[in-house]
Amino acid sequence: MPFLQLSDVSKGYGEGPGRTSVLRDISLTIEKGEFVAIVGYSGVGKTTLINLIAGLARPDSGTVTLNDLEITEPGPDRGIVFQNYSLLPWLNVAENIRLAVDQVFPNWAEAKKSRHVDHYIAMVNLTPARDKKPAELSGGMRQRVSVARALAMDPQILLLDEPLSALDALTRATLQDEIGRIWQENRKTVVLITNDPDEGIYLADRIIPLSAGPNATLGPSLTVDIPRPRDRRALNHDPRFKDLRRQIFAYMLESRAAQRVAVSRKLVLPDLEPEDLDRPRPNAGRVGPIRRGEWKRETVEVQ
Amino acid sequence: MKRFRLDWLVLPALGFGAVIAFWYFSSATWAKELPNPTKTWLASRDYVLKPFEKRGEMDQGILRFTWYSLVLVTKGYLLALVLGTPLGFFLGLSKTFTKTFDPIIQILRPVSPLAWLPLGIILFMGAGKSASELGALFTIAVCAMWPTVLNTAVGVRAVPQDYLNVARVLKLSRAKTLWKVLIPATLPYMFTGFRLSLGIAWLVIVAAEMLTGRPGIGGFLWQEYNALVYEHIILCILTIGIVGFVLDRLMSLIELRFKTA
Ligand SMILES: Nc1ncnc2c1ncn2[C@@H]1O[C@H](COP(=O)(O)OP(=O)(O)OP(=O)(O)O)[C@@H](O)[C@H]1O
Ligand SMILES: [Mg+2]
Repeated sequence: MPFLQLSDVSKGYGEGPGRTSVLRDISLTIEKGEFVAIVGYSGVGKTTLINLIAGLARPDSGTVTLNDLEITEPGPDRGIVFQNYSLLPWLNVAENIRLAVDQVFPNWAEAKKSRHVDHYIAMVNLTPARDKKPAELSGGMRQRVSVARALAMDPQILLLDEPLSALDALTRATLQDEIGRIWQENRKTVVLITNDPDEGIYLADRIIPLSAGPNATLGPSLTVDIPRPRDRRALNHDPRFKDLRRQIFAYMLESRAAQRVAVSRKLVLPDLEPEDLDRPRPNAGRVGPIRRGEWKRETVEVQ
Repeated sequence: MKRFRLDWLVLPALGFGAVIAFWYFSSATWAKELPNPTKTWLASRDYVLKPFEKRGEMDQGILRFTWYSLVLVTKGYLLALVLGTPLGFFLGLSKTFTKTFDPIIQILRPVSPLAWLPLGIILFMGAGKSASELGALFTIAVCAMWPTVLNTAVGVRAVPQDYLNVARVLKLSRAKTLWKVLIPATLPYMFTGFRLSLGIAWLVIVAAEMLTGRPGIGGFLWQEYNALVYEHIILCILTIGIVGFVLDRLMSLIELRFKTA
């Protein structure tokens, strides 16, 4: 039985002629315990996709189901690490996590709750920063708090929206290892959104490219059959890694080339009134123009 | 200009000196009725040096009068906050509420305290002796509440969608969303409103006391004007200014503490 299922999902923003279609024909099935990465260009609709799974947005058509139940609203069974971390700045690290724990395990005793919070703070190596406010943390540390908060809710599925894109390469590598380790420990179902194919291949069981936007859709699902634990340095020379990488880039570049961006716009042709400067024109009872102005539509295809 | 040592002391002193010089000059030339600084000081000495003395209902030390005014202002100000903050939240949260009440708020907001006060007194006519106090409280609350209302509304509208998404994912109840997310996120705006409101409340108290003749810094000012003791008018003006300044400083200290949040 599929755990998370998206069938023929499409989503756009806006109304009427100004409407932009962002995602179309998205069909995706994820099994329990799977780690799936989705790669795509910036602005293509990756966050939109995560929001659909999280229930923060509803699809225009198609359905999103978790355990065969349609997702209609957000809930703590889907832990989400937002692209910009979304920590509450007036709460310190422990309090941010505690807010989530209070909400998900309201019946736990006080001591159990704080042990739970401390456990997850330790898991992301932030025990020394336990009482710091988000503003006092580096970007990578905030990201780890956000991961700890999501994990502490003990969600059925973990949604990571480009959690590492704001970081430098070295911190990024460290945190990738950390995400890999946490996943090994918990074996949660994970959907990782990323703009870096290497990151996706390194961490995931399956990697799926999104086609270029606007109106993006999912490409072929590529299984990463590289045994774990994966060695980052050895990976670069692994032929399977190279092959996956090549396939992803090929798909994404092709989808971009195939995108004929049609720009269509209104042109206004003005009234045409050639003026004979020698002949006085009557002011009252104006003569009509030689040619009336009109509206034209022009469509240009950009390759 | 280059900074020099003690410029924080010397430059303000120069400013005060210039105004005092102009004051001497004015009272000697074009404003003959204006008592000069020396005369003002001599006539005010008793009130300043024995600030808490009570010689009669309308003849008390300057800080005693200030105290009466502050008590009344505090009451009216708290009333303004209690009314204004929830109103601001409703305006910020509900578009329908905004559409319904924003026009009337925009019309009532610029009305001067001098116009509200008679209405306030009429409203509480039935209260007998305390009518003037209730009328003054009403006036302070109605005039001082608007900055709180508007700043709170702006603050609520400015709460980042991210924070609200966190509340939605955690399924926080309405009450919890309000207390754990909306209010903390709005606090900096609210305190800016609170500070501006306090400034207005202090402006209004003087007008209210002048019209009702209550003992207090404004009442004293008006009485001394009628008694032709012009020195005391100046004393009152200076006191009102200094107290207003101190209040504003105190509020911005509090405001600053919440800014970092
Ligand atoms: N609330 C919204 N209203 C209107 N348009 C939106 C909204 N949210 C996103 N969009 C549009 O949808 C498209 C996809 O946005 P989305 O945030 O999903 O991209 P993304 O792939 O996450 O980008 P990035 O990699 O930069 O995070 C963008 O063109 C964006 O302008
Ligand atoms: Mg995004």
